[in-house]
Amino acid sequence: MSDASINASSTAHEAVREDEAGFGDYFALLKPRVMSLVVFTAFVGLMAAPVGVHPVIGFCAVLFIAIGGGASGALNMWWDADIDQVMKRTKSRPIPAGKVEAGEALSLGLALSGLSVIMLALATNVFAGAFLGFTIFFYVVVYTMWLKRATPQNIVIGGAAGAFPPVIGWIAATGSMSVEPWLMFALTFMWTPPHFWALALFMRSDYDDAGVPMLTVTHGRRATRVHILVYTILLAILAVGTSFSGIGGPVYLAVAVVMNALFLLGAWKIFRRDEDDSEEDDFKAERSFFKLSLLYLFLHFGAILAEASLKPYGLGGW
Amino acid sequence: MALKKEHDLHKRRFGRNMGVGLLLGSFVVLVLALTMVKVTSNGFQFPQTQGTQD
Repeated sequence: MSDASINASSTAHEAVREDEAGFGDYFALLKPRVMSLVVFTAFVGLMAAPVGVHPVIGFCAVLFIAIGGGASGALNMWWDADIDQVMKRTKSRPIPAGKVEAGEALSLGLALSGLSVIMLALATNVFAGAFLGFTIFFYVVVYTMWLKRATPQNIVIGGAAGAFPPVIGWIAATGSMSVEPWLMFALTFMWTPPHFWALALFMRSDYDDAGVPMLTVTHGRRATRVHILVYTILLAILAVGTSFSGIGGPVYLAVAVVMNALFLLGAWKIFRRDEDDSEEDDFKAERSFFKLSLLYLFLHFGAILAEASLKPYGLGGW
Repeated sequence: MALKKEHDLHKRRFGRNMGVGLLLGSFVVLVLALTMVKVTSNGFQFPQTQGTQD
């Protein structure tokens, strides 16, 4: 072996070492930002349920629902590694960045899926565990593997997976189903399409480059603007209507009226604009609508939590 | 090539091992706490033994 080959091999070895994943890279596979939404909405679902839950059991329920959500994220990154590499928004994720092997993400995702489902069933009830298992299956197989690359309605149907956590939280507390958790489900479900379509409008080339059939790619940007407005109107009716259900109340009604008025105004602005207007101010209206959508969901669930927290004191609800 | 005593790689591996260790430790504590809550709750019943002999 020559000196040159020794040097070359040690340099290559060094490069591999430089890329070795740290703990944070494995944690990033779980999509911590999505997990934070899962934690919050599952917690609200659990708290809004009309039964008391022991704090340790409640903590375990939210934790294992979050781990299940994280496991779905890791399996999503394993399957989507090829398109993540192409999209600007996702190319720094651990797999396309070369820090974690796709197989490692698969192993982590499967292990955490099993752990979360079994532990949730043991900590709360079998129904909740089974529902978490179904949610992981829905997100990974139905959305990621099947619909995401097959239909422009991918976001609409895939949004269901992200909307299940409050239902699981409710089932974990009560062991049964009712209308109220499905209202929380519907809120997230109807919120997801306008939220993602606004993102697709200003992250323009990303989905085109990756060949993902987003509405902007298949039906055009004008149709996407119309869809955002239509979904926002339907969402507003649903969100304000929820005020008069068992999880609503005056606090929720006030939040829903203000936030939906702002959201409708944002959707109307997006509808009125054409591509030239958007290009001119670098998609200002679309970007602010996207930011508002994050606050929108947080405040709606925050209001449901406030109503549930006030009930023991004779306040909250109607 | 100078042999470094503490390479960045070692730090990263230490962080990874420490993270896994802490997670496993926390999991053990969590399962213990959950067990305590379950067995001290009012609804707890020991499973009936099969084929009991008197």
